[in-house]
Amino acid sequence: MTTTIEAPRSPYARSPKKRGVNWEKWGWIYMRVSGVVLVVLIFGHLFVNLMVGEGVSALNFAFVAGKLTTPFWMVWDVLMLWLALIHGGNGMRTLVNDYATQRLTRGILKSAILAAVVILIVLGTLVVFTFDPCPAGSPADLLPSFCSAI
Amino acid sequence: MPEQAATLTSQQKTTSRRPAGTLYRGREGMWSWVLHRITGVAIFFFLLVHILDTALVRVSPEAYNAVIASYQTPIMGLGEVALVGAIVFHAFNGLRIILIDFWNAKYQKAMFYVVIALWVVTMLAFVPRHLINVFSH
Repeated sequence: MTTTIEAPRSPYARSPKKRGVNWEKWGWIYMRVSGVVLVVLIFGHLFVNLMVGEGVSALNFAFVAGKLTTPFWMVWDVLMLWLALIHGGNGMRTLVNDYATQRLTRGILKSAILAAVVILIVLGTLVVFTFDPCPAGSPADLLPSFCSAI
Repeated sequence: MPEQAATLTSQQKTTSRRPAGTLYRGREGMWSWVLHRITGVAIFFFLLVHILDTALVRVSPEAYNAVIASYQTPIMGLGEVALVGAIVFHAFNGLRIILIDFWNAKYQKAMFYVVIALWVVTMLAFVPRHLINVFSH
């Protein structure tokens, strides 16, 4: 069996049979656009959660409750969730296409990636928008201070 | 034989050992690509876990505090240094890739060393402060 290797300098050309939306191109653009936004979102996330005050030692339910009841941080976190999961899922898809040699293996791995991305986007979005900062019956010392005012 | 090499055109010099027209084969271009893939995979798997652990705020304050306490241990504190290191490299090298694609591939090697320099500066700002937070509590 012989394999033809294209000359390294030959320009990329889409097969003439392919019509419609060029999803690979939009995926390529998405990685760059979401990447720039994610640098800002994730650096901000890391700075506020790990650098300000006592950093990781200060994290607990009350801290997160304070953020997830602030519209600014809700939008921040949901944007980060969607952009990062799709960016990561698409990156993993690229790796599977590169390294999985069997058609069936590629199909299984990419289905698993898609399932993980969809499930976690739905789960994360529901958590942010249905969050209750003052769940009934919880000890007051675990809750944010504003709960006692209710 | 440097005298001989100097008389060759740049095209002839590159075709002998590596194909021209790609910056992802060999040296800085390749290693930045390798590191980008490894850090990307590591960050992806952390992201999956991190969304699940954060989702525990919807279960109970006790459940969330129990899992976040494990992130505050010394071993996980060192893990967070590795995680932030991976994220910072992936971020800066990602910006380098965008500059290669939309600006100029000619400076890709120089930009790789800029990425490393920015990584060192960022980690110098983060690591001491983070380790103090981890080990003094």
